[in-house]
Amino acid sequence: MKLQRHGTVAVAVLTASLALGACGAEKDTGAAVVGANVWKINCATGTLNAQGSSAQKNAMDEWRKNYQQQCPGSTINYEPTGSGAGVQAFISGTADFAGSDTALTSAQQPQANGRCGGNQAVNLPMVVGPIAVAYNLSGVDNLQLKPNTLAGIFSGDIEQWDDDAIKADNPGAALPSETIQSVHRSDESGTTGNFTGYLTAAAGSSWTFGQGQAWKAPGGTGSKGSDGVAQSVSSTDGSIGYMELSFAENAGLNMAKIQNGAGQFQELTPEAASKTIEGAQITGTGNDVTLNIDYATKAAGAYPIVLVTYEIVCSKGGPAGKTPLIKGFLDYTASGDGQGVLNGLGYAPLPGNVQSRVQSSVNNIS
Amino acid sequence: MVQPGGGWLPRRKGFGAERAFSTLTLVAGAMVLVIIVAITAFLIAKAIPALQADEANFITETDWFPNQEPPEFGIAAIAWGTLVTSLIALIVAVPIALGIALYLSHYAGRRVATTFGFLVDLLAAVPSVVFGLWGFIVFIRPVRTFSVWLNDYFGWLPFFDGTGPFGRSFLLGGLVLAIMVLPIITALSREVFMQTPTTDEEAALSLGATRWEMIRTAVLPYGRAGVIASIMLGLGRALGETIALALTLGFINEITVNIIQNGGNSIAANIANGFGEAGDIGRGALIASGLVLFGITLVVNAAARVIIYRRREFTESAA
Repeated sequence: MKLQRHGTVAVAVLTASLALGACGAEKDTGAAVVGANVWKINCATGTLNAQGSSAQKNAMDEWRKNYQQQCPGSTINYEPTGSGAGVQAFISGTADFAGSDTALTSAQQPQANGRCGGNQAVNLPMVVGPIAVAYNLSGVDNLQLKPNTLAGIFSGDIEQWDDDAIKADNPGAALPSETIQSVHRSDESGTTGNFTGYLTAAAGSSWTFGQGQAWKAPGGTGSKGSDGVAQSVSSTDGSIGYMELSFAENAGLNMAKIQNGAGQFQELTPEAASKTIEGAQITGTGNDVTLNIDYATKAAGAYPIVLVTYEIVCSKGGPAGKTPLIKGFLDYTASGDGQGVLNGLGYAPLPGNVQSRVQSSVNNIS
Repeated sequence: MVQPGGGWLPRRKGFGAERAFSTLTLVAGAMVLVIIVAITAFLIAKAIPALQADEANFITETDWFPNQEPPEFGIAAIAWGTLVTSLIALIVAVPIALGIALYLSHYAGRRVATTFGFLVDLLAAVPSVVFGLWGFIVFIRPVRTFSVWLNDYFGWLPFFDGTGPFGRSFLLGGLVLAIMVLPIITALSREVFMQTPTTDEEAALSLGATRWEMIRTAVLPYGRAGVIASIMLGLGRALGETIALALTLGFINEITVNIIQNGGNSIAANIANGFGEAGDIGRGALIASGLVLFGITLVVNAAARVIIYRRREFTESAA
């Protein structure tokens, strides 16, 4: 639509002023990609109301801020009500798109399609959130864990920090004879879903509680939200918990190195997390980009415990009059620029192969 | 029409306003009923589909997994947690609150009583999330130390048994609740105690009673109904408290009398925790648990009414 019409204008704008500043003046300048590396925000006006996953709240806040700054007349609201509530709101039509830690289930898909006037509602992976295994243990700052050991700790089979299994993973470390206090999420969450998914895939018979958004293993302590888990861990010596990277960073907690499928104890870095997503299988068809993460990835240098959160949108037949804004905004979030701003926020960028799929799906929204 | 004599009131004067006002009060009164009925209908309508989908026994099951396939959830553990935390709150708060109330009404000087009463009321104005955060970040430290001490010396009692970890427990939740219900019980009891007829008090004193004997023989019997009402109001607050417990409990769903081990959950806290990520069945399940809480508070309040009613007959005849 607008892409071709304004092609020449876009070039003119590009020469006049680099990159983003021009949007305000040339509101309709629609080129998605101008030149090889220079990104241009695709502006539209109106208001979007979205809600869902709290895991992507910080990313959304940054994107909303940037987009609204560049595109006067646009308002984008994102309420971190939780993935379940977000999907429900999308289905009932109160949210223009939803953020969700899981792709639509087979039960939700037809309902979501119904909301899109019978067209496909698609899952677009947008934010990669590495999950840190953070701990608070005086005298130990370089903890390494194998998947089986991690499963043992969180299922309650390993009770002491100087357990033989932990000693074997950490030759030479001075492990105290202290009780391990494991902390998990008390609320259902995608973080728990991906963490238990990882344990199911990587720890084999050591983890018998399956994958689920709700925590099922006995014992330990539940805390509300990743911030609650981070607070619990930082206030209790001898404790260990899983949380999104940014919360571990903000609380200044030590993070364990986790052994990946290649046998390396991998430190958690955004790049290492992206590597795991790179090996994910795209199971979505058409414009749907649902991912199946291979938590047991054998890729060298990959950090295996990651969370992917999706934006759920209508591929066609979305909320009347809002399609240009949805498209423009998601076009920005999937862009190199959009993904680039995530690094400082405790997220990891989408790997190139997934990113290009998401971009083409966004372009196909009509 | 002219009426003979002076026996008739003027007929129309102020009549319209009279009727309007009585209608207004009627509507206001009916509103309460309408709201209660609407809430009940809503709770029941939303709860039924979830209860039908439940594969476990809703009354006896302790786990809460309504969003899995098949859904399995039950009220037992969270209802237990609601009762235990509220009970701890009352056991701790009632004696302290009555002490404060008696001090303010019968011991403290006027200026001290006013300032102090103001401070207690201020406590009631603190948002519960602040109590929750304070409990979760600050208050947990002394409670954990206290729990370890209880475990060391009284570990032979089932309440204080266990190997740890301690802190995020029924005890912490109950104590935070105690602080939250304290101002309610204090403020109401103080009002009641201050209404004791001076003649009763003077009669007791003139018979040679000390101040404590006067309070025991005149003030406390007179105020008993009011005190019970204030405790029930406090209990209502404790039963329904959400976010403070969502932050301070340790979220292990089990029925235990152990109050110091990490764990515990309550109906309201479970709703706060579960709503965001709940699917269709999940929300229905949470609403069903809300219905149970609604029922519990109804019973508590009805019981309070009965007690007050009985006592009122007694105090009225005595007065």
